[in-house]
Amino acid sequence: MTVEKKNPFWALFASVKLALFLLLTLAATSIIGTIIPQNETAGFYVQQYGPNLARLMQTLNIPDMYNSWWFMILLGLFSLNLIVCSIERIPNAWRLVTMDNLKTGLDRLAKMKVGKTFAVEGSRDEVAERTAAFLSGKGWKTSRREKDGATLLFAQKGAWTRFGVYIVHTSILVILVGAIIGSPRIAKLIGNPNYAFKGSIMLPEGQQSDVIYSFADGKPVDLGFTIRCDFFDIHYYPNGMPKEYLSDLTVLENGKVVLQKRIEVNEPLIYRGITFYQSSYQPYNDFILTIRNNATGLSRTELTPAARQITWKEAGLRFGIINMETRGQAVQRFKIWFTDDQAEPAKFWLEPGREAIIKRPSGEYTLSAKQLYATGLQVAKDPGVWWVYIGCGLMLIGLYVAFFMSHRKLWAVIREEDGRTVVLFAGNANKNKLGFEKTFSDLVDDFKQADQGL
Amino acid sequence: MNSSQFFGITTLAYLLSSAFYIALFIFKNKKIGPIGTALCALGTLTLTVAMGLRWQESYQLGIGHAPLTNMYESLVFFAWCIGAFYLFMEFRFKNRVIGAFVVPFAFVAMAYASFSKTMNQEISPLIPALQSNWLIAHVLTCFIGYGAFAMAAGLGVMYLLKKSALAKKLPEDSLTGSLPELRFIDDMTYKTIVFGFLWLSAGIITGAIWANEAWGTYWSWDPKETWSIITWFLYATTLHARFTRGWSGTRIAWLAILGFISVFFTYFGVNYLLSGLHSYGSS
Ligand code: HEM
Repeated sequence: MTVEKKNPFWALFASVKLALFLLLTLAATSIIGTIIPQNETAGFYVQQYGPNLARLMQTLNIPDMYNSWWFMILLGLFSLNLIVCSIERIPNAWRLVTMDNLKTGLDRLAKMKVGKTFAVEGSRDEVAERTAAFLSGKGWKTSRREKDGATLLFAQKGAWTRFGVYIVHTSILVILVGAIIGSPRIAKLIGNPNYAFKGSIMLPEGQQSDVIYSFADGKPVDLGFTIRCDFFDIHYYPNGMPKEYLSDLTVLENGKVVLQKRIEVNEPLIYRGITFYQSSYQPYNDFILTIRNNATGLSRTELTPAARQITWKEAGLRFGIINMETRGQAVQRFKIWFTDDQAEPAKFWLEPGREAIIKRPSGEYTLSAKQLYATGLQVAKDPGVWWVYIGCGLMLIGLYVAFFMSHRKLWAVIREEDGRTVVLFAGNANKNKLGFEKTFSDLVDDFKQADQGL
Repeated sequence: MNSSQFFGITTLAYLLSSAFYIALFIFKNKKIGPIGTALCALGTLTLTVAMGLRWQESYQLGIGHAPLTNMYESLVFFAWCIGAFYLFMEFRFKNRVIGAFVVPFAFVAMAYASFSKTMNQEISPLIPALQSNWLIAHVLTCFIGYGAFAMAAGLGVMYLLKKSALAKKLPEDSLTGSLPELRFIDDMTYKTIVFGFLWLSAGIITGAIWANEAWGTYWSWDPKETWSIITWFLYATTLHARFTRGWSGTRIAWLAILGFISVFFTYFGVNYLLSGLHSYGSS
């Protein structure tokens, strides 16, 4: 194969020099976006860097550099390099894996760096049988050929590991393909923004929605079903740090409940390829009061601001929230006021989510109070993510194969010399040569020992 | 005894171990080598116990989680990785002088974790985003890689020292005489980088999976992610330069050092100089 005959374009992309250049360029340019804040408003850059520099930055797409045309071109060149480079070399790897090692010249075997010759008892054929049996007992299945008055045995292990490199290179392409498939920009380009998107929605408790709002342009994206928030809560550690944010979500199709799940951070809900992540919340200054007459079982739920009196006429009750303690915007305790007009009104503190039992002349009541929240959901549909995961898995497997496994070959030549039978063992490995030398000498020692034991 | 006492013993053991290894390097007195090894092993063992105790203590506080969740805990684990990885390499390659270039990293990590004023050593509960097994997998894999890269950088420094001594034709009994042969250092550097690269790749991948579980994006180019991929690109370049263009020796030694600077920046620089999702690490 001569390089001059090749198309210069092909030759360029087949070169590892270009790969080194592109890897370093990707590394160097990636630094920019870690120093210059990304995705700020145009005004921010003018204020920080002055109008001239800001204009230059906008031209070069620096404020969103990882999605910029030039960064995409770099990644494209990198992929092309990877493809061409691998295509160029795979035939050679294929040849190395499939070649007929019984064709190797006996004189070459005699000169191998890892080799050992010694005499043994028995005829050539007997020794050949014995050697083959011994090697196969050690996991080296041999093939055999008679050649130039000698018997040649060959066995190999891990030939396929020569493809490890290409598993790694392919894995990178698979990951990039996954990134493209899952990219909202591509979805838009093909005119189907529903295909892949990222967005969010704020859902107050009790409310539902058929759409979410895209991060890219703030436009609504149709879900194809309805999502409802039934309940939101925050749990705290004893020291007051938030321990968990959780939402009870319901998925409805045509008004029918099809799925209900409690989500937490790190435990999203997935329905029809769309994932809902717990990402934020918004407390309101409205509260949900639930009261039940324990004798009759009748109950009533009210949404109310603080300091407003609620009247439940049929039950002859008046109640409300007269005060509260908050941490930030989150209420820690409510002060409840409650009366059936048959005795002094009851006043007591109640924590959100707890129940209070109120004994009154008119009967016994259970009351609970809770702040109204909206849950902030991040919503993503990424049909490429499985490609990315498969690519990642392939990469780890490929790296392991490429780095830690090797292609090992072993030959045995049995011939008659001056009336004696002589065995030559020879071998090589494409990696971890030291380790192979040890395996080889152990094998030869074992063979000698086994042979003398006969 | 509680975990902090064991952390203290570890710091001391790594300090003394470094001193003995450096003494071995300078005075070439082979007898003190095993003391360095014993101290390093002791330090790593007490560190293992300390981390186990800390884990247990976190359960007693009712917030149980593996000790791998903030800057302090990750630094301590970094020290553990360096100690353990170094001991493994010493055992495997039967060479002690390298300890003088590697064990000090473990000591510095412990000392910084223990004495820095900005370091919060308390066992604190996990905010919701950090409550994920992927976080544990992520920290574990990253720091095994970082431990290897620290070792590679130590080997790089060693290579350059030896090389310059040879260039100056310093006599065999001079300071650098006790260093192993250039070919041996070079080979170890390469092997160490290969090992680190596999773990760094796994670290980036587990991080991406965690991000996807928690936020719905496996990659968002936040500064920490970006720096980790920069580091990955650098080591990928180093490896390709070696096995396809035959680079070795001085150039690989420099690249090993440069790579570790990038690791260091990914780990510290980003927390202190840049902002992003990972800034919890600075607490
Ligand atoms: C960051 C991305 C890359 C990674 C992680 C990667 C990984 C690897 C690995 C693990 C090996 C095997 C090393 C060994 O056998 O010990 C390898 C070999 C190689 N890579 Fe890459 N590679 C990347 C990018 C590239 C690119 C863009 C090219 C394009 C020219 C390239 C060209 C090669 C070549 C020519 C070999 C040697 C193959 C052989 O042994 O014949 N690599 N790469």
